[in-house]
Amino acid sequence: MAVIESHELVKIYDEEGVPVRAVNGVDVSIKRGEFSAIVGPSGSGKTTLLNIIGGLDEPTSGTVSIEGTDLFALDQNERIDFRLHHIGFVFQAYNLIPVLTAIENVAFILQMQGKPNRECRQRARELLESVGLSDKIDKRPNELSGGQQQRVAVARALASKPDFVLADEPTANLDSTSSANLLDMMAELNRKEEITFIFSTHDQRVIDRARRVMTLEDGKIVSDETREPETA
Amino acid sequence: MLHLKLAWRNIWRNKRRTLITIFSIFVAVVLSALSNSMQIGSYDQMIENVAGLYLGYAQVHQDGYWDDPQLNNSFGDSDSLQQKIASVDEVTHVVPRIESYALAAGREQSRASLVIGMHPEKEKVLVDPQQKLVKGDYFESPSQRAALVSEGLADYLNLSVGDTLVILGQGFRGMSAADKYPITGILDMGMPQMNKNTVYIPLHTAQELFGAYDRLTAYALMVEDARSVEEVVTTVRSRLSDDYEVMSWQTLMPELVQAIEADWASGMIMLLVLYMVVGFGIFGTILMMVAERQYELGVMMAIGTHKATLQIMMVLELLMISIIGVIGGAIGSLPFIWYFHLNPIRLSGTAAEAVEQFGIEPIVPFSTDPQVLFIQAAIIFGIAVIISLYPVVHIQRLQPVKAMQK
Ligand SMILES: Nc1ncnc2c1ncn2[C@@H]1O[C@H](COP(=O)(O)OP(=O)(O)OP(=O)(O)O)[C@@H](O)[C@H]1O
Ligand SMILES: [Mg+2]
Repeated sequence: MAVIESHELVKIYDEEGVPVRAVNGVDVSIKRGEFSAIVGPSGSGKTTLLNIIGGLDEPTSGTVSIEGTDLFALDQNERIDFRLHHIGFVFQAYNLIPVLTAIENVAFILQMQGKPNRECRQRARELLESVGLSDKIDKRPNELSGGQQQRVAVARALASKPDFVLADEPTANLDSTSSANLLDMMAELNRKEEITFIFSTHDQRVIDRARRVMTLEDGKIVSDETREPETA
Repeated sequence: MLHLKLAWRNIWRNKRRTLITIFSIFVAVVLSALSNSMQIGSYDQMIENVAGLYLGYAQVHQDGYWDDPQLNNSFGDSDSLQQKIASVDEVTHVVPRIESYALAAGREQSRASLVIGMHPEKEKVLVDPQQKLVKGDYFESPSQRAALVSEGLADYLNLSVGDTLVILGQGFRGMSAADKYPITGILDMGMPQMNKNTVYIPLHTAQELFGAYDRLTAYALMVEDARSVEEVVTTVRSRLSDDYEVMSWQTLMPELVQAIEADWASGMIMLLVLYMVVGFGIFGTILMMVAERQYELGVMMAIGTHKATLQIMMVLELLMISIIGVIGGAIGSLPFIWYFHLNPIRLSGTAAEAVEQFGIEPIVPFSTDPQVLFIQAAIIFGIAVIISLYPVVHIQRLQPVKAMQK
């Protein structure tokens, strides 16, 4: 069953009168439990596509439905709530709220969902343990390495038990060891807890770990292959 | 709670900037409270001097007297008339006077002087000449034949206690008014203008001198609350016939009112400039706070934070900064206000002269009216609140994707 279903997605930016088709007719269907990569050269539309699928940006035309909900039939506030409850986000960098500690950053999502404080902290602690940061829970982002920050971001993305996690170039700012660690961790969460991950990347080592690779070129999916990943 | 925690931590992200902003609000409150206290204090002082100590807060005359102050425009004093006026609740004292200009002379010199006939007991609530004695004794009765002479005049006429003062003038209905009185005391009137030419004689003695038996030129009224003078005047007027005019100190001294208004206006301009300076200071801080957190606000919205949450957070940040600054400023100005209340600034030079020409002592005690402080603190807090609309509007327009574009 498809978690994400997009139909004829088009996003046109108007650059000084010259229309740029950043996403140009994308039909994509993502199933529960996938571990998929969107790849493609710079400017091919990866970020734009992920932003639309995540409900951060509106398409010029086309639809996205998530577990049967038409994302762009929702009004702005409903879409914010939808993101809060159904979608996990990991960005390239500076994901975390700088004034909150690791555990507070993770708990933040739960607090916004109105969960009682105790429960928020409890779950945040478990999540940080699952990303291997049980000894860093009270550190602020600036006391954590880039890789650790991204792990906290992943923990936060998982906090609401989302339908899927979107990660736009999550390893772009990391060295190769940290990248590998982060990927291992995401792969494990995917395997053990059936978390659906969709990430964009330029990084060949990341691509090698994906089980499905969609290649974008000029806003179009030019290839879509599913395969068994190489084991690291 | 979450909002408060976020806001509190956020304001301390850039300690220096926050402290500078708090300090600027602090200084603004202190400066505006001090300058306003000084202004209002100086007006209170003027009013107190002119009205409270000399004219009274209001006066009752024969109709037309104030335009043409001469004895022919005097009125008949009577207990029933005094009673009528005194029966108005807010009127605390009715002080009878008869006054006229006349020539005061010593052995060799003479000078046009204001001769004031006053009731030695009743006058104590107003000028209280007894307190101003530098030499000699006060009057013992309203019909004593005696004179109190102001220092400057006594010097000029070369007279002192025990000497005889001659008064030559015109009395009621053109009668001549001439008599001589032993000087029983010398007065320091506090104000140079009055020191030059004031003579006091007891009320009945003066009425006899002017041939104006049982007549007065004015009742000076003391009231409970200086602020409600206009209402008191209206009440008193309604109880008297048209033969009398009832005037508040504002109408008696329009120049003083004008001087206060002009000064108030210039003070306001100064304050406006001050408000603008702090306003822009706070605005600068908020601009930076918003700009440098653009990306972060975008991330927060992306992961599901409602705009309202972010707006509340930023407004709280600004409110916290302003509350600390404003409360600090209010507390910080107290010792200054108190100090200058107890140790009034003494004017000198032209400023002093300008004030003295109204017969006002050239000192500026600060007002300790808590309203002054409260209003200034509230205004500056209000400015901060208005400025906090900026992040509200800004966040309202924020789109996560745009905000996160580097
Ligand atoms: N806000 C925008 N306004 C105008 N054009 C935009 C905007 N965002 C993206 N584009 C254009 O849309 C196209 C796709 O951009 P996008 O950022 O999605 O590419 P990408 O595949 O993520 O690239 P990269 O690998 O460099 O991150 C590019 O040509 C880009 O210039
Ligand atoms: Mg991109």
